[in-house]
Amino acid sequence: MKNNFLPFVKKESLHILRDKRTMLIVMLIPVILMVMFGFAISTEVNNINIAVVAPERTGAVKDVVGRIAHNDYFTFYGYIDQDQIDKKLRSGKVSVVAVFASNFDRRMEQISAGLPSKPVIQFIVDASNVNTASASIAYLQSILPGTASQQAMFETRMLFNPQMKSAYNFVPGIMGLIFILVCAIMTSVSIVREKEVGTMEVLLVSPVRPVKIVFAKMIPYFVISCVILVMILLLAHYLLDVPMSGGIWGIFSLSLLYIVLSLSLGLLISTVTKTQVAALLISAMVMLVPVLLLSGIIFPIENFPKFFELLSNIIPARWYIAAIRKMMIQGAALAAVWKEGTVLLGMTAVFIGVSLKKFNDKLE
Amino acid sequence: MRAFIVLLQKEFTQIRRNSFLPKLIVAFPVIVMLIAPLLMTMDVRNVNVAVVDLDRSTTSHRIVSHIKASEYLSFVGATAEFDLALRDLEKGKVDVIVQIPNYFERDMAVATAEKISITANAVNAIKALIGTQYLVQTIARTVVELRGEKTPNQLSELVTVQNRFNPTLNYRHYMIPALMIMIFILMCGFLPALSIVGEKETGTMEQINVTPVSRLMFILSKLLPYWIIGIFVLTMAMIVAHLVYGLIPVGSVGLIYFGAVLFILIISGFSLTVANFSDTMQQTMFVMFFFIMIFMLMSGLLTPIDSMPAWAQKITFILPPRYFVDILRSVYLKGTSLVEQWYNFAALGVFTVIFNILAAVTYRKQA
Repeated sequence: MKNNFLPFVKKESLHILRDKRTMLIVMLIPVILMVMFGFAISTEVNNINIAVVAPERTGAVKDVVGRIAHNDYFTFYGYIDQDQIDKKLRSGKVSVVAVFASNFDRRMEQISAGLPSKPVIQFIVDASNVNTASASIAYLQSILPGTASQQAMFETRMLFNPQMKSAYNFVPGIMGLIFILVCAIMTSVSIVREKEVGTMEVLLVSPVRPVKIVFAKMIPYFVISCVILVMILLLAHYLLDVPMSGGIWGIFSLSLLYIVLSLSLGLLISTVTKTQVAALLISAMVMLVPVLLLSGIIFPIENFPKFFELLSNIIPARWYIAAIRKMMIQGAALAAVWKEGTVLLGMTAVFIGVSLKKFNDKLE
Repeated sequence: MRAFIVLLQKEFTQIRRNSFLPKLIVAFPVIVMLIAPLLMTMDVRNVNVAVVDLDRSTTSHRIVSHIKASEYLSFVGATAEFDLALRDLEKGKVDVIVQIPNYFERDMAVATAEKISITANAVNAIKALIGTQYLVQTIARTVVELRGEKTPNQLSELVTVQNRFNPTLNYRHYMIPALMIMIFILMCGFLPALSIVGEKETGTMEQINVTPVSRLMFILSKLLPYWIIGIFVLTMAMIVAHLVYGLIPVGSVGLIYFGAVLFILIISGFSLTVANFSDTMQQTMFVMFFFIMIFMLMSGLLTPIDSMPAWAQKITFILPPRYFVDILRSVYLKGTSLVEQWYNFAALGVFTVIFNILAAVTYRKQA
């Protein structure tokens, strides 16, 4: 039994190892992407350009403007004229314009005396960028005079991520995205290439059982993926400072399961497609969209319409990312993510089962 | 010229005869345009709040009912023990815990009163930050209301806000142009590369190499079909955006097509360059995957460039999509003119020239 399995693994490994260029590319890509995205991607809104229209630049006006200019979230563009507002917003030079009322000082006095008054400041925002628009209004409102007393009533604590790093949220997402796509691209050509080149016929007439052919194709890729996994975990921990408080072995074993799942998904694609082009386009281009959009990497799942919230359950990356977030950042142990683990295990079984079935069907 | 037409015919026949490509070219953009806008929203809504009510007073009940009424917060439950709520937070059922201290109502007016404590799960930092802000506002309003005080500095009296260009703050309208660019990047990035490497792998490239067809002509015959497909895809995407999401470009449609024409040429030229350097389809796919991920995640399509660290912002200047994202969003939503966007168009022009010359130069007829 073993005798004709190992030579097969060797044959497949040689196939892959001899292609040094592809090997190098496969190893480097996930690592570079991980580092770049880990540092660069953030959904936080800052460096908002703000311009001011102030008919009278009194002390009180300058005081408010100074407060805005000194805020970390804003970059003060300068004073502009009323008729420039539209042009500056349209060309994207500024995102917000604060328009002060002409009798700002008097109205402020009225307000502090408790008398009714017309608004003293109007914020005109470029709402074509919805995120920046709503964030800048929230920031501005908390800078304005008279809001300090409200904040004093509360004491807030940010659990698990006190420095509010966005890498904490994105690293698990990027891992989920990269592994499923890279692994699927690796195995998706394996069987279909043999079909195209014609060597499949040779394999089929050999006495080796199809299960062995399929597994022999997965093993070398599995080894490569493990190397990538180790590199990524090291980088995430030492370079990106992701805590991994739930225990490295838990994270490691769940990731191994996810790698097997992704490799089997690639195999499945390979057994159902007729050409390499189709196999590669499905595993890279077609899969990228649902994985990116439906697994909660950037867009939160709880915002989806009900139907898509349910649909997201069939995306393996969704389960992996949720589990890794819990283990890496919240410090949950492997036992705490048994549900996600079971789902991933079930999906792997289905992928392997179906690809074996499809492969066997081809034989008859 | 005749040779060129024959070459083009060959390309289209190859695409048409493929069992998979024609379906992909039509179905992919339509499905993505129909579904993706529904998913792409970063609004912070449905923040799950648990209340630990140690006070059990009129005030605390009023706070709970205000949380229930808020459109952004959803009330999960009230417990008497913080640890129970914390366990739910760890499981992900709760995002924020509010603890109202004992004697809060009695001591409310005193400066030394015990504070309301808010504990947020900050794994998703943005959600924690904005969710906490909503809560603070909601509770502060309740307290002010109960005190029966007239607060002169109510924000609504102090400021007004005008949302230009997208008065309803519709997130979909912001994302639809980005989505169109995503489709371009994916289709015009992957397809041309595969078509060239495909010829290398099946050996038909050898046959082309021995014909008198010039390098430039061959590369052009590979570019043009995807250029036509790209224009077709843009038209379909714009129709879907209009019919389904009611989004009509504010600016000139001609300008959108002009930008798209340049952008498609850039991406497919780049794709061909990568293909010229690769030996197998799989290799091409890995390399293209690498660049496409960078194009999609770092050029301001999904997350803002302004929030990146300075070094990453510098990298974005060599990413062509960065310029087109800016163009498409401003023309579509704000009606920006060519004059106001000249630098972005100039950048696209430069990239078009660079990548297409590169594609022609790196294609060698020698094996």
